[in-house]
Amino acid sequence: MYDAGKIIVGLVIFLLLITAPVWYNAASGQASYAPHLEIVTDAKACVAPTDYMRTSHMELLNTWRDEVVRHGEREYTAFDGTVYEKSLSNTCMGCHSNKAEFCDRCHDYMAVGRPYCWDCHVEPKGGSQ
Amino acid sequence: MKALFSLVAVVILILLAWFGSGSSGGAYLFGVILPYAAITLFVLGVVYRVLKWARSPVPFRIPTSCGQQKSLPWIKNSNLDNPHSLVGVVARMALEVLCFRSLFRNTKAEVKDGPRLVYGSDKFLWLGALAFHWSFLIILLRHYRFFTEPVPGFIMGIESLDGLMQIGVPPLLITNIAVTGALLYLWARRFTNPQVRIISLIADHFPLVLLLGVVTSGVCMRYFFKVDLPAVKQLAMGLISLNPVVPAGIGSIFFIHLFLVSVLLAYFPASKLMHMAGIFLSPTRNLANSNRRVRHINPWNYPVKVHTYEEYEDEFRDVMKAAGLPVEKE
Repeated sequence: MYDAGKIIVGLVIFLLLITAPVWYNAASGQASYAPHLEIVTDAKACVAPTDYMRTSHMELLNTWRDEVVRHGEREYTAFDGTVYEKSLSNTCMGCHSNKAEFCDRCHDYMAVGRPYCWDCHVEPKGGSQ
Repeated sequence: MKALFSLVAVVILILLAWFGSGSSGGAYLFGVILPYAAITLFVLGVVYRVLKWARSPVPFRIPTSCGQQKSLPWIKNSNLDNPHSLVGVVARMALEVLCFRSLFRNTKAEVKDGPRLVYGSDKFLWLGALAFHWSFLIILLRHYRFFTEPVPGFIMGIESLDGLMQIGVPPLLITNIAVTGALLYLWARRFTNPQVRIISLIADHFPLVLLLGVVTSGVCMRYFFKVDLPAVKQLAMGLISLNPVVPAGIGSIFFIHLFLVSVLLAYFPASKLMHMAGIFLSPTRNLANSNRRVRHINPWNYPVKVHTYEEYEDEFRDVMKAAGLPVEKE
């Protein structure tokens, strides 16, 4: 093998880059962490099925925001016929009252930056980190 | 035909993952076994090919010289285009790897009416390649949010910069547009340019279509057919910590995306994509032009057995004397 020194160094750098997450997680020791969400409620159902809310709540909130702020439409008829008020503070946070123990758990886990809900809405007291 | 073959191959791969991942056994196959196999093939394959290249001797310096060589002190030399030292080589390689400098010099020849052969600069290939490679790197780094806990700050920084335009929810990412546009351009180029079209092989079309499949499935997953991201991260972290679990309820679009990435990784070492490692081992770029100033000895020179005159005379002195030939030593 020619230029062995340089080539081996290059290969070692390549292997370190490829396996970086393995060492990073071994050092942080949090590989098995899973977010646990606090939900305080007696209600049986959300405004949409859980699967939909898990994957697409941001779309729903964005649509609500546009409809309420721009068109003044405040009533939302849910999938089961119940009518809800389109409101983050009054409807959503009635059950999911604690931002730090609900919203932030997954948002931190998935590194979703800072959702701009809180640019306008005041974060409920006692709920901050 | 070659393009069609590549397209059909990728569609078949998508259908395989789509229907194959439906059962829990299938999810384990596409979510755990195939990704592990693919990453193993990728790492071993890349290392194998680099070591194989490393066995080729480089007896002489063969850099492409695009500028004046270093010679006499009053002649101005070009350090980047004809490097004579390690510093020059490192700078040249860095510009090559990070900015694709040699592609920037790409020209095209066209026959205009007359008929006249006209050479012109053609920067679109360079632009498309640059847009694709940088977007792909940023996208790869963004994916580290699935493989690290806690997620390092710079990964979040990259993502928020990428979503700078704040269009829609989830925010539209600049790299998603850039990578799709660049790949479509690079593929379209293989149809519209007759010279490129005729030399394009399946090995040229297939990686492009495969990458388009990876990108399209990823974009669809982010904006249209959303999946349960915390569950995806559980899967990814399980793979990383060698403790794989497949959480239930991950949509099949995720398995399509993951399978296409697995195929890309497995195919990588056997394909032209190996230019990722090859660029660092290009003798026309990574050597200093020191042919005249430094003596380079051919590494496969074997020791030549020499029989000197003194030895010859020692061997035949008696015979030489008997024949009346003059000898140097009595």
